[in-house]
Amino acid sequence: MSRLFVARNPRVAARCLDGEMMIMSARDSTLFTLNRTATILWQAADGTTPLDEIVQSRICPEFEVEPAEALKDAETLARELAGHEILQISEEPIPQRNAPGESPGESR
Amino acid sequence: MSGLLEEMTVRALARNIPLSVQLDLTYRCNERCVHCYLDHNDHGEMTTAEIKHLLDEMADAGVFILTLSGGEIFLRKDFFEIFEYARRRLTFCVKLKTNAILIKEREAARIRDLGVESIQISIYSHRPEVHDAITLVPGSLERSLNAIRFLKSQGLRVVIANVLMTLNAQDYTGVRALADELDVDCTLDPTITPMMDGNRSVLSLSVDQSALRQVFRDGALVGNVDEFCAIPAPAHENDLATLPCSASHTACYVSPYGDVFPCVQFPLPTGNVRKQRFIDIWRHSDQMNEVRSIRMKDLPTCSQCTHVANCTRCPGLAFMEGNMRGPSTQDCEKSFARTGVPSANMLAKGRRAANLIQIRSLPSLTATA
Repeated sequence: MSRLFVARNPRVAARCLDGEMMIMSARDSTLFTLNRTATILWQAADGTTPLDEIVQSRICPEFEVEPAEALKDAETLARELAGHEILQISEEPIPQRNAPGESPGESR
Repeated sequence: MSGLLEEMTVRALARNIPLSVQLDLTYRCNERCVHCYLDHNDHGEMTTAEIKHLLDEMADAGVFILTLSGGEIFLRKDFFEIFEYARRRLTFCVKLKTNAILIKEREAARIRDLGVESIQISIYSHRPEVHDAITLVPGSLERSLNAIRFLKSQGLRVVIANVLMTLNAQDYTGVRALADELDVDCTLDPTITPMMDGNRSVLSLSVDQSALRQVFRDGALVGNVDEFCAIPAPAHENDLATLPCSASHTACYVSPYGDVFPCVQFPLPTGNVRKQRFIDIWRHSDQMNEVRSIRMKDLPTCSQCTHVANCTRCPGLAFMEGNMRGPSTQDCEKSFARTGVPSANMLAKGRRAANLIQIRSLPSLTATA
């Protein structure tokens, strides 16, 4: 089975407000708020860590769920977020463009 | 405001989070608009490093919407470095305000690449002889319109900002038609802001009651004219408990020199980010907290005014008139033009009463003739 890679769309705006991630779509300025699972996925979506590793290391410990079930849900969630152009998904690692010498601010 | 943004604003208000900040990167400008409130000399702008540090602090404080304005932002040679840092590193929702005359294809493409919520561009008239007479730069309308086309070709959201004044009072319909042709949004603002040093001479450019009434009765601008211009209903207790505006509550303004104010139109110094952390000024400044404490019931004149529930009163303009708890005469004029009912401030000053009777009676005389 192929692995799925997820990356934050660099063209969206994002801020963590009171523990909840606010995302503004670059496409049409629609505002989204992410629930706890989606926020974890967003923060871990660096384009190089495969989704199954994110699920294993970040989601399963947080929610005490079976890895297989969690991965299935995470894939559905990732595709939904990709549909809104919040995340990018690919079967290959996704290179990220950041400000020179910087890594993207994932937790603010 | 969308429902979700409204919800987030309510949450930010409850948590004392500055959701939205306007940062002026420079007061230097390549236009010399006759109504501008700024001194265009550079008195020591923040460096690139200082601005990046400030942006870090603002992101940590929870700022989400960052408006980069000026002066003319593209006069800063480090503009794209700052913009890129704000977007790529700190993921702000960035809005730009510019006259756009330095935006060509390359700049438009770069803005698109970095991502922006909107670019607001000042257009004063559809007629070059009027627009250029306001900016005092020959050819500026053509250059700004070309920039809008470059930005639109990149799929970006452009908003034309049209300030209404004596020099262009009859041109707003032409500007709106131009906006339609360019497929961009358009806003119209009849407010002229006094100079930041307190000089009020530019207010002589404010449009008169006749022009205001014309605007407020234009259904294409205000929607349902009867509703918009209705005589105000009596205020409820809840109206008196409301906040005057978002300044100091979920929004503030930072000057190119690091001075923090409640709003760009509210020049009450609250601190300087070169000396203090942004979040400390936001949370602990006496001035910020004083503005924050004011409710409509605390305004001696306005709380007694029939317009209290629907007035556009700007606390900053009131401050510039001498009292942040006082009325803003420009907004009294707007309420009067909209409804024909004088404000408590106007009545206290004994003005406009004769004018009022004439304005209210004329339409019915015409109707029965």
